[in-house]
Formats: sequence, C-alpha cells, structure tokens
Amino acid sequence: MTKIVVVTSGKGGVGKTTTSAALATGLAQRGHKTTVIDFDVGLRNLDLIMGCERRVVYDLVNVINGDANLKQGLIKDKRVEDLFILPASQTRDKDALTLEGVEKVLEGLKDMGMEYIICDSPAGIEKGALTAAYFADEAVVVTNPEVSSVRDSDRILGILSSKTRKAERGEGDIPASLLLTRYSPERVERGEMLSVEDVKDILAIDLLGVIPESQAVLNASNSGAPVILDSESDAGKAYEDAVARFLGEQRPHRFLTANKKGLFGRLFGAQ
Amino acid sequence: MSIFSYLLPKKEKSASVAKERLQIIVARERATRGGPDYLPQLQEELLMVVRKYVEVDQDAINIQVDRESGCEILELNITLPDE
Repeated sequence: MTKIVVVTSGKGGVGKTTTSAALATGLAQRGHKTTVIDFDVGLRNLDLIMGCERRVVYDLVNVINGDANLKQGLIKDKRVEDLFILPASQTRDKDALTLEGVEKVLEGLKDMGMEYIICDSPAGIEKGALTAAYFADEAVVVTNPEVSSVRDSDRILGILSSKTRKAERGEGDIPASLLLTRYSPERVERGEMLSVEDVKDILAIDLLGVIPESQAVLNASNSGAPVILDSESDAGKAYEDAVARFLGEQRPHRFLTANKKGLFGRLFGAQ
Repeated sequence: MSIFSYLLPKKEKSASVAKERLQIIVARERATRGGPDYLPQLQEELLMVVRKYVEVDQDAINIQVDRESGCEILELNITLPDE
C-alpha cells in the first residue's frame, strides 16, 4: 500500500522543501521505502537540500516524456537506505507537467514498492501546486506563525478540499495536518508572534509538529543534508517527532516554551 | 521600568492584533469559498442577456450560493438603473 503525501503551503519560503526532505528522510530511516518528488518545475531546489544536485541526470519531466525510464530518473540517497529523490526539471515550459504523466510516474513508483511518496509542492495556487496535490492521500500544510502564511494556508486547505482527485470523486477531504515552522517561543511569550494555539484555532486542523526557528536548518541546507539527520539539533529532533506522529505515534510537543535562564545563568550569562 | 508602568494601560500586543485580523479575513474568505467553478462565467453570461434589454453596469449583478439545511440556494441580484 502506497501513501501519497503532498507538502504544501500556498506561500513561498515557509519550509516546504526543508520539510519534504526531512519527512522523506525520516520515513526512510524508519525502514519505509520512500520517494520524494520535486514538483517545482523551473525552480528545482530539492536536489540541493538533499545534497544530490551533482548527481541529477534526468528529471520528472524527462520521465514523463519518456526520455528516461523511472529507474534512470530516480536518485538513490547515499546516506539512508530506501530513500529516493526525483528532481524537478529546469525547463520553463510548465505545461510539461501533465496529470496523466504524473499519474503514470506515481503508478510506476507504486509498482516499485514505494510505501510513501512525498510530493514537494511549489508555492502558489497555480497548476504546479494543483498537480502536486491532485493525487494525494494526505496533506502536510507548512505554515509560519505569521499572518500572510496562515491566510495562504487556509486558502490551500480550501483548494485541497475541492481540487484533489479524491474530492472530485466525492470521496471527501483528504486528511490535512499542520506543521508550524520557524517558531520562536521567546517571541510568542513576549506577545510578538502568533502562538501554536492561535494558528490551530484559525486553521482548525490537527497539529503534526512545531519546528523551532533554528540555525540548524540553514546549516543543513548549506551542507546538503536534511536537517533531520542532525539528530542533536532542536529542529532535527522536532522533525523526528513529527515523523513519529505522522506514523501514528503519540509524542508530546517539545520546544514550545522559551528557555528560562536560571539564577546561575543570569549571574554568569550562560546560555 | 518604573512602578507607574504597571498602572498605565498596556499597549495591545501585536500577536493578538494579528490573530484578530486573521480570524476576520479567514472567516470572510471561507464564506465565499466552495461555490461552483462556473459562477463567474454564469455571472458574465447573465449580464450579457440582461444587457440585451437594459444597459446595466458590470457590478449590477451579484451571484451568491448559500447553503441552508442541506439545500443550496443560488441567489441572484440584478440592480436595474433608474430611468
């Protein structure tokens, strides 16, 4: 049984690709055969985040057009067993991404025994984003605690409830869960940032995880290793929790409160 | 920080302003969501039919879909100009 998951947000720059990379890597680390597909045709970036940019030979559109077969298009991750990457093409012709073509690729991945297919959606609500979401069984909505991101996430939730194949077939809404990224508990406590509860109240969906604002995310993209592999970092741990919850485990949410400096810390300025 | 700062009214925190604004705009956008895709075209074509007989403005036609106890109501308002 293959589960297709779209990672989406509406707004750009909130952490879709970081999340897609972390989620796919986390699932593969737990032994689930997983492929992560970059749907951002024209603006390929997942390859950089996954650190396989120099190994790209063929891409999603090549596979759709039959220039390469699926096995040639897939890049096998060198760190984690059972993890594959299908990069986006750099073509500017967005019409290259057809629903029929994407369906064929997804069917091929199913036949290869993939357990999870993570679709990294482009920003916006145009064709690319709709194509990434169309075949999804489940959605992860990546949101920053900031007004424009929350509004766009709500917009995307509306689109998910009507524009997926399941919705069109009358099979109902696909389950969608919230991943709140770039969260800063210190700023929330000072009343300068929307809290987890605020965002949950407005979007009214289940919370998959909260990823704290962290230097580790930039370090990870600098080095081309998904942040979940940095298992000592706060963001890495938060993503690992999110993957566990995604698989049905119950885990308490961490990193929601600011680190209080104790008396000792205040006296000596320790972190 | 002086003792007086506790007595003065506190300035509203920006996060609560953000939440309030979001709740309002999201509620408004949800209300117009979920209508059939053909609504804009229906509006356009109705306008053309009406214009065969009366000259009306682009915004003289207002279409809305309401849901009430399980049935959908297509509400159509056409404002005719004063003679």
